[in-house]
Amino acid sequence: MDRIPILRMGQFLLVTIQVDLYDRLALDLEADLVKMVSKTGAKGILIDISAVSIVDSFMGRIIGNIGVMSKLLDAETVVVGMQPAVAITLVELGLPLKGVYTALNVERGMDLLKSKIQVIDDEEIDPDDDDSDDITE
Amino acid sequence: MATEITRLFKKNQAAILERWMQNQLADAGLREDLMSNEDLRIESEELIVSLIRALTEDNIDDVNSADFDHVAEILSGISISRARQGYSPRETCLYILSLKEALQQVLNEEIQDVQEQLIALLRVNKLFDNFSIVIFETFIKGREEVILRQTDEITEISTPVIQVWEGILALPIIGTLDSSRTQVIMENLLTAIVDSGSSVAILDISGVPTVDSLVAQHLLKTVSATRLMGAECVISGIRPEIAQTIVHLGIDLSGIVTKASLASALIYAFKTLKLEVRKQGSFKTT
Repeated sequence: MDRIPILRMGQFLLVTIQVDLYDRLALDLEADLVKMVSKTGAKGILIDISAVSIVDSFMGRIIGNIGVMSKLLDAETVVVGMQPAVAITLVELGLPLKGVYTALNVERGMDLLKSKIQVIDDEEIDPDDDDSDDITE
Repeated sequence: MATEITRLFKKNQAAILERWMQNQLADAGLREDLMSNEDLRIESEELIVSLIRALTEDNIDDVNSADFDHVAEILSGISISRARQGYSPRETCLYILSLKEALQQVLNEEIQDVQEQLIALLRVNKLFDNFSIVIFETFIKGREEVILRQTDEITEISTPVIQVWEGILALPIIGTLDSSRTQVIMENLLTAIVDSGSSVAILDISGVPTVDSLVAQHLLKTVSATRLMGAECVISGIRPEIAQTIVHLGIDLSGIVTKASLASALIYAFKTLKLEVRKQGSFKTT
């Protein structure tokens, strides 16, 4: 049985989909990814779909679901390398993938994830700063 | 008497051509600017020769006879080329009608008996009515081809994707947006984003005359698709009237970045890319 490998890279998980997704494979990927996020405590997921040329509404929903699920587990999802035809299909199907971030290629996706993590870290640090300011005042 | 018509035409072939040319040249609407008299003569002669060769006593009453295929072919060729050159329907039609006139004149002179003359005229008339239809049909077809080609060209021309800066694309939309055009625009834009690796696309709609809910939906689709590709889409060039229409129609564009002019959209794009444009030398003071 095929499985799509999930690579761990520091705080991030990397998924490269090199084959056309069929339903079973997509469902397995969803389950594996969510398990992996909770096991490793990853902060971000990068899904490369540059090799995917065909999508249907099911695939669109699975990708959207992965975004929402990982958000619940405190991880951001970035989908990179979508082909024009795939983008048009998803829009025509009424699936604008609201829950996920998108980037043009893996490099930009990584930058985006890093900046997102940084923003989150800054926000977590900010309240402390405010507190310390209050104290000094 | 039965063999008379074809024989008469064969005998008077040169005279018919002369008369026909006279008829054509006498016409006030002759387009010497589009075709020289020499070319016209060559063209006319070819038609007469092939017509008289094809014409027999058996097929003169059978307008659909295969014998006339070659004649119809020549007529179609002439008609289509005239349609492309910009002849009017009247001018094209007069071409064949003046040949009919020439033939009738010959019949008129050669056949003395009134009854026979009438019958002969009627037969020729019927044949030429059919040729007129062929001319008319192919003329329209030729014009339609011209229209189709122009439509294709307009769709191609009217959707240029311009790279205004590294990473910034602009797409000025001119004319009404319908489904098929949106599709072309979307495809062009998305392909350009992939090719150039741009991260901001500016959709300028100052050339769109009206925005109704359908057009707005097409715009929203384009914006969503751009976002899916990993780029941001800004809509610019929203005129006051269009802003009014959008609000009156209750269209929600709140999820989209909109700017009044292309310039402000460009400034926004620079900001997104963390670029700065400033006057030369001004950085010294800061």
